[in-house]
Amino acid sequence: MSASDDFQKFQGTPGYIASGPLVDAVNCAIALERPLLIKGEPGTGKTLLARHVAAGLGMPMESWHVKSTSKAADGLYVYDTVQRLNDARFGDGDVSDIRRYIRLGPLGRVFAAEQRHVLLIDEIDKADLEFPNDLLLELDEMRFTIPETGDEVRARQRPVVLITSNNEKELPDAFLRRCVFHFIEFPDRELMKRIVDVHHPNLEEQLLDQVLIKFYWLREQSELRKKPSTSELVDWISALLRSGISREQLDAHIPFVGALLKTEQDSEALDTYRERGGKLPTRWSDLGPRYNQ
Amino acid sequence: MFLDLFFGLREAGVPVGLQEWQGLMTALEKSLHGQSLTRFYYLARACLVKSESFFDAYDRVFAKVFHGVEGALDVTEELLEWLRDPKNRAELTPEQREMLERLSRDELMRRFLETLEKQDGRHDGGGRWIGTGGHSPYGHGGEHPTGIRVGGQGRNRSAMKVWEQRRFRDYRTDATLDLRQWKVALRRLRHLTRDGVASELDLDETIDETCRNAGEIELVFRPPRRNNVRLLLLMDVGGTMDPYFEPMSRLVTALREEHGLRELRAYYFHNCIYDRVYRNAYLLREESVPTAELFRTLDERWKVMIVGDAAMHPAELLEPNGNIDPREETPTPGIRWLMRILEHFERVVWLNPDQPASWSSTHTTRVVEKLFPMFHLSVDGLSEAVAALVGARKAA
Repeated sequence: MSASDDFQKFQGTPGYIASGPLVDAVNCAIALERPLLIKGEPGTGKTLLARHVAAGLGMPMESWHVKSTSKAADGLYVYDTVQRLNDARFGDGDVSDIRRYIRLGPLGRVFAAEQRHVLLIDEIDKADLEFPNDLLLELDEMRFTIPETGDEVRARQRPVVLITSNNEKELPDAFLRRCVFHFIEFPDRELMKRIVDVHHPNLEEQLLDQVLIKFYWLREQSELRKKPSTSELVDWISALLRSGISREQLDAHIPFVGALLKTEQDSEALDTYRERGGKLPTRWSDLGPRYNQ
Repeated sequence: MFLDLFFGLREAGVPVGLQEWQGLMTALEKSLHGQSLTRFYYLARACLVKSESFFDAYDRVFAKVFHGVEGALDVTEELLEWLRDPKNRAELTPEQREMLERLSRDELMRRFLETLEKQDGRHDGGGRWIGTGGHSPYGHGGEHPTGIRVGGQGRNRSAMKVWEQRRFRDYRTDATLDLRQWKVALRRLRHLTRDGVASELDLDETIDETCRNAGEIELVFRPPRRNNVRLLLLMDVGGTMDPYFEPMSRLVTALREEHGLRELRAYYFHNCIYDRVYRNAYLLREESVPTAELFRTLDERWKVMIVGDAAMHPAELLEPNGNIDPREETPTPGIRWLMRILEHFERVVWLNPDQPASWSSTHTTRVVEKLFPMFHLSVDGLSEAVAALVGARKAA
């Protein structure tokens, strides 16, 4: 049973630092031909992953951004009745051919494509409660029929399906059973350093330490309504670098805090903390044991 | 050992089905775990566990099952054989699988062992497995491609530590385990109407009009359908209601997350409703609203859902100044307020968290039950209550 090497493997790309378990989960989903469901805090790179999986595997990518009004059928195809009616009225083109008015949705396009695709179904939890259930059959069998024409759209190459969820709604069990699941944990210190390095190479080691200490400390503050995430950290470092701030300046306060804290209450909470004489950490040992293993 | 993991998870309340299990088996066959216990840990988690709220349970079970196993993955030979045989999976028909999903743990175990036994017999007789041994994903050596690099291994963390750390304790949200069921029950709380801006194409009407217009296209638009239900939620808190904190919070979460409702207002009370209801469960006077104001501001089409056990001292319900809180002067008896709610609103239901069998044993509950349609605070009771709120009116 040398089934171990007959599928394409994802190994990460230079622009995306994926943890070992995440790489394994992606490969597991590819090998099992099941969709990979990815959850995790906002800003941990769920959507970005799909793009890099596509790049890593050398496949084109199609994304389907789900909205609260999205219906499962939209992903398969849309039958533009109004256009047909209009053409019938004004005599533009051949209205007897329904196929001209059927436009495939993202899922349909991926199925119909010659090449194997990576399909991203982004934020599946935004849609109606039953949305995932309506896609079960299509994702299982990778085919569907268009009743208007009787055509069957069948995937020539089983696409690699990545699905992201922000936990806004519980997903149905039947749907979950078919998925491989990965929860993107918030990156720890070492991984975070590698991630920052991708975006800001050649950052001075001590400056980076200071930045990360402040960042993780902020995340530890339970009063915060919205914890700063990786993407915000990267933005913040950009701001710091552009203003040419030195490591010493970072010791005493947090400049451009607006890049990290996005609600008024959070900024106020930090101000009150400072007014009361609260200290900012400057060493890893000022943070909890989690950061000092 | 593998089966221990499977049953351990089921016992710990993690919803693992055969479908997931088979997925893991296929993954193992393809040698995706690469002989590493740490990677097996992640692989099995990706296949078996579908929510981070179960990660902690998974860690506990995994630690128990694989305690003392370090580094390389060692499994008993018979299980290995069994796992390797694709027939094991093919033999189950969808019906059987469906049945198995519903069977009790013991029964499931028994059947599994039976299958296992049968399978062993076949192995002894056939001996066809010897030939494939060389490709075994569990053997040593270079069969396994080295393609996958493990990013997280250079961190001096021994394999066992990953799950013994139990980093996912924070993600446990037992209260939301069957939140979905609650939401599904609440979904019927709908009264779809069309009002507002006409922004949706009315296809039927367009065709009709176009025909009437002798083929000249006449587009007809209509407002989209939307839920017109406004819900007033009144909740009893404290005292005898304390044990029911969990189902109550589940109901509130489900209601809040169900964005379909046009409006939702929630107020709290203690034991019985008097002249004031409270905005939060602390029942502070500063945060209260006169009950009469509800009647003034909310019209009779608001649906009312009262949640409470209706169990109190008879005086609290029936007599003037009955409020259990002596600081509140309430000359009007609670029952009068309840009657007013009934008179003002068209549809009112009462959800009682106590078991229905015990309702009749409390005097006040009996009284309230006579006044209000009372339902049990459970998924089923909620469905019935929703039907009573929006369903067809029963003939009087």
